Amino acid sequence: MSAVIDTGGRVGAHDHDDHHHAPTGWRRWVFATNHKDIGTLYLVFAFTNLLVGGVLALMIRAELFQPGLQIVNPELFNQLTTMHGLIMVFGAIMPAFVGFANWMVPLQIGAPDMAFARMNNFSFWLTIPAAALLLMSFFMPGGAPATGWTIYAPLTMQMGPSMDAAIFALHLLGASSIMGSINIVVTILNMRAPGMTLMKMPLFVWTWLITAYLLIAVMPVLAGAITMTLTDRHFGTTFFNPAGGGDPVMFQHIFWFFGHPEVYIMILPAFGIISQIVPAFSRKRLFGYASMVYATSSIAILSFIVWAHHMYTTGMPVTGQLFFMYATMLISVPTGVKVFNWIATMWKGSMTFETPMLFAVGFIFVFTMGGFTGLILSMAPIDLQLQDGYYVVAHFHYVLVAGSLFTMFAGYYYWSPKWTGVMYNETRGKIHFWWTLISFNVTFGPMHFLGLAGMPRRYADYPMQFADFNAWASVGAFAFGIAQVYFFFFIVLPTMRGQGAKAAQRPWEAAEGLEWEVPSPAPFHTFDNPPKLNADANRIVA
Amino acid sequence: MGMRQHNLWMLRKLAVVALGMFAFGYALVPIYKAICEMTGINILALGEKELPGSGNARLSKADNSQVDTSRTITVEFDANARGPWQFKPMQRSVQVHPGQLMSVMYEFQNVQDRSMSAQAIPSYAPSEASAHFNKMECFCFNQYTLAPGEKKQWPVVFVIDPKLSKSVHTITLSYTFFEVGSKTPAAPVSKVSAVAVSGEGV
Repeated sequence: MSAVIDTGGRVGAHDHDDHHHAPTGWRRWVFATNHKDIGTLYLVFAFTNLLVGGVLALMIRAELFQPGLQIVNPELFNQLTTMHGLIMVFGAIMPAFVGFANWMVPLQIGAPDMAFARMNNFSFWLTIPAAALLLMSFFMPGGAPATGWTIYAPLTMQMGPSMDAAIFALHLLGASSIMGSINIVVTILNMRAPGMTLMKMPLFVWTWLITAYLLIAVMPVLAGAITMTLTDRHFGTTFFNPAGGGDPVMFQHIFWFFGHPEVYIMILPAFGIISQIVPAFSRKRLFGYASMVYATSSIAILSFIVWAHHMYTTGMPVTGQLFFMYATMLISVPTGVKVFNWIATMWKGSMTFETPMLFAVGFIFVFTMGGFTGLILSMAPIDLQLQDGYYVVAHFHYVLVAGSLFTMFAGYYYWSPKWTGVMYNETRGKIHFWWTLISFNVTFGPMHFLGLAGMPRRYADYPMQFADFNAWASVGAFAFGIAQVYFFFFIVLPTMRGQGAKAAQRPWEAAEGLEWEVPSPAPFHTFDNPPKLNADANRIVA
Repeated sequence: MGMRQHNLWMLRKLAVVALGMFAFGYALVPIYKAICEMTGINILALGEKELPGSGNARLSKADNSQVDTSRTITVEFDANARGPWQFKPMQRSVQVHPGQLMSVMYEFQNVQDRSMSAQAIPSYAPSEASAHFNKMECFCFNQYTLAPGEKKQWPVVFVIDPKLSKSVHTITLSYTFFEVGSKTPAAPVSKVSAVAVSGEGV
């Protein structure tokens, strides 16, 4: 591999002043303009939110452990489900992928930094007041918003001042996302190393390019929807109020016009990470690179015409239901292309199962199950039965937890040697994987059966016949939560403190890409001079 | 620096796209209304006159292939006004086949010297007919305000479901008209008593 990439010892030549310009102490982080520092900030922020959202989820599961009301009252329960959703989507998954993008995109395309380093800093620091506003809403009169994360009208009209706090928080997070996405698009399109054509980019870069375009396209639509909500609440407009000629169903249309691309925003970077890891541990080239790029693009384009499959029960005409049903089913074609490509990559490969690969294979297995339940839910006649039930809850946790979160773990294990310069403990990594995989399925597997049996979501109580499955789910949830605390204390903390074996520059023998051309840990400044790629260096693509 | 200029130029283009999408979010409001009106998806967006079965509907009328010509039902109309106004059907009774769309006018007149809001409440005899008496349009769906002395006619449009029991041959549709409080100023107490007194005087 090094034969085809001529870094000419340039990286080594800059080692002596790597930290020369870096501010120290708290200034390093508050005034951070380095893509690696900002990536770390995003990842720490996201993991903190994962734990906060996880605690809210565990309060939900504790209440649902038994029928009846034991721990929280129904009002607080609805606030918990709402805030769990908002924090996990906007505070954990999205910032975590932005953190991965900040760390890895410049390294993978051979750029010295992100295009707009100060805007990058601003994007990150906007998320802190947003998260604070969201959390503070618990202590406002009337408590946190209890609308569900979808903030449907007319519920949003009935909420207390915390709704305004949540709207402002979403505005801030949206602005942050848009700035971050513009930064990523500009970096990828303008700052690639000479010779790295678009079709030679690593797939993580490709998926993030498409994700960033999706974010630029739909975050402003969400901003519009919540601005309408805000003016409806305080300034006498009636966008969603029938008394003034508005329509609450229209909110759902606008929200899901944002919301469905948002779903792919949360999974496309995950596809990219898996497409890096599976070839590395199969010791083969990725099968069907070009079809992966086209599949990702088709998913992104199709995501704009399927939104109303979230709304089959709003009184849509059958023609509309059929259109959205077929369009939704169509998405399973490019998604299937991706899954088959990963399997074909593994086929007859010299596979080893280090923790990143375990999480990647675990992802393919469990995410595909989530994909199948999605296909079932896409059918309007079945969805009418399952709408707003636990089957839906099981489905989207299979694709968001086993999809997005598992790949983040995979990505962390894969790249943390490069980030920290220290190898994580492989045994602990494997314990974390199996613990997470099993407890995940114990938590969300039974929810399929609860949903099929008719248990509705967002209720603090349930009839006796649902008791056993709910008890399983609660036990699984606590085990899952403890697994992530274990991950933090026994895997993340030691590597952050530099405890463990020193990582080689290439910790994975078959991993490809420019990020492995810099030492471990990656120096503060990398690729000040762009690396020269061999003219036919197509091996740098994953 | 060339790279810097390139980057800023692209930043501007992408920012315009973001602003455009924010505007598109608002543009979805009229687009939504237009699509609903064109396709007739959203009944909330239709005016009262355009509702299905209201005579001049843009939407197709109720499918009339189910008319059961083997039976004829007599529908009798009745009107009870609770208060000082007149309220009567234009026809005492009609003969219809089950499944046949029928329209009957009622006449209303406010005989007081104040404007008044009221609504009619229907009832059926025999009561088992109520489940099979489908009103497509009815003045009883709405509250109406009449100016002093104003006279109006409003329709009731109905279809009798062919599933109606064979033993039913006559249905009586009876309306009672009630004043709706607090919509219009109540009659001044002194005036009411004056009317009452003059009534006694006559």
